[in-house]
Amino acid sequence: MGRQREELRLTPSQTVGPYLSLGLLREDWTHLVPPDHPRAIRIEGTLYDGAGEPVTDGLVEIWQAAPSGRYDHPADDREELPLEEGFHGFGRSGTEDGGRFSFVTLKPGPVPGPDGATQAPHIMVAVFARGLLKQLITRIYFEDEPEANAEDPVLRSIGDERLRRTLIARREGESRYRFDIRLQGEGQTAFFKLSP
Amino acid sequence: MQHEPAQERRGILVPQEDELEQPPYLYPDYVGTRLRAPKEPLIILPKTLSDITGPIYGHHRPGELDNDLTRQHEGEPQGQKIIVHGRVLDGDGRPVRNTLVEIWQANAAGRYRHKVDQHPAPIDPNFSGAGRTLTDDDGYYRFVTIKPGAYPWQNHYNAWRPAHIHFSLFGRAFRSRLVTQMYFPGDPLFFQDPIFQSVRDEKARRRMISSFDLEATIPEEALGFRFDIVLEGRDATPFERPHA
Repeated sequence: MGRQREELRLTPSQTVGPYLSLGLLREDWTHLVPPDHPRAIRIEGTLYDGAGEPVTDGLVEIWQAAPSGRYDHPADDREELPLEEGFHGFGRSGTEDGGRFSFVTLKPGPVPGPDGATQAPHIMVAVFARGLLKQLITRIYFEDEPEANAEDPVLRSIGDERLRRTLIARREGESRYRFDIRLQGEGQTAFFKLSP
Repeated sequence: MQHEPAQERRGILVPQEDELEQPPYLYPDYVGTRLRAPKEPLIILPKTLSDITGPIYGHHRPGELDNDLTRQHEGEPQGQKIIVHGRVLDGDGRPVRNTLVEIWQANAAGRYRHKVDQHPAPIDPNFSGAGRTLTDDDGYYRFVTIKPGAYPWQNHYNAWRPAHIHFSLFGRAFRSRLVTQMYFPGDPLFFQDPIFQSVRDEKARRRMISSFDLEATIPEEALGFRFDIVLEGRDATPFERPHA
């Protein structure tokens, strides 16, 4: 029994290292929808380290709901909410070009939160890089959702206003958002620990 | 020093450092963590639909030769041909089916086919060092490749990475996503490698080391190594719920 439990402990995480593009960036997965999709939005940003230098050997992955607020996953069985044809909600961008990453996607809808609350539209983000022994988790919220953001249980749980603001993507024009990620130091992005 | 007690700070719960089985973000012996580990305390994220879901359908159906790194070019790569295989399980020991496994590695001489790698060991024109596959209904995967070489790096004087293969897995949910490295049994370089040693629990470190597998060995051709992987996903009730 004790032995069996030992065998089922989780495999530890290790860094992606500097050569992650070999294995993880063989194809372009930055477009969750075609750029000419009528409701396409573009999210772009730069990944910075604690010295303010761009991180050029990183990887940013996103996971999000459809505009209806439904996730394309069997755990979300709210079949009354439509999924989008050809849209699965996952994207991956390298940062080789000066630390910059970008995604073309659809804006997610609000999704259920803890204790019957509703979460504001948001995108889950995982950051990988040389020097990160495990991925960092953050979220992208949207500047043009002030009412939903004010009610969001996760944003509300962050007492530090400055830290909370790092999670809000800035609107930079029609269907364009900016979301920079700072790993450390001045203006560090808020990162999460997933509760077990 | 790593064991900070739980404390409240500006309304944010700082969790007790109980994760000796996972590496910390800041591990100063691994110099690369010093400017990349966040200093602000992590915010506890309640479990919601946003992280118990994840990309399970696979963006991509791997091609037929994607799991055989020795057959992706005209000729055969240099080095010791090996089979690397195992099962992907969740915390309850159930197979994680149909999940994407991506790997990448150095060639037999310890050189990556990557423009950033300046190690003056030869590139092998017959080896790209990248593969991928989907697990089957038993959570089983299998790769054919060559044993990667150890290689020097700049972390500290006379630093060498033990031979390893990078593994990337999705599992069933955003929260089960894992990138790790598979090592080989009996490697003499473990003691001086801060990436390996960043997992401070010795038993947990052993879970990253494959075992030699005579059963999987192909006579006259390739040595077998077994590497089972356990992903988060213990509380997976939603996935078991029958759809009405």
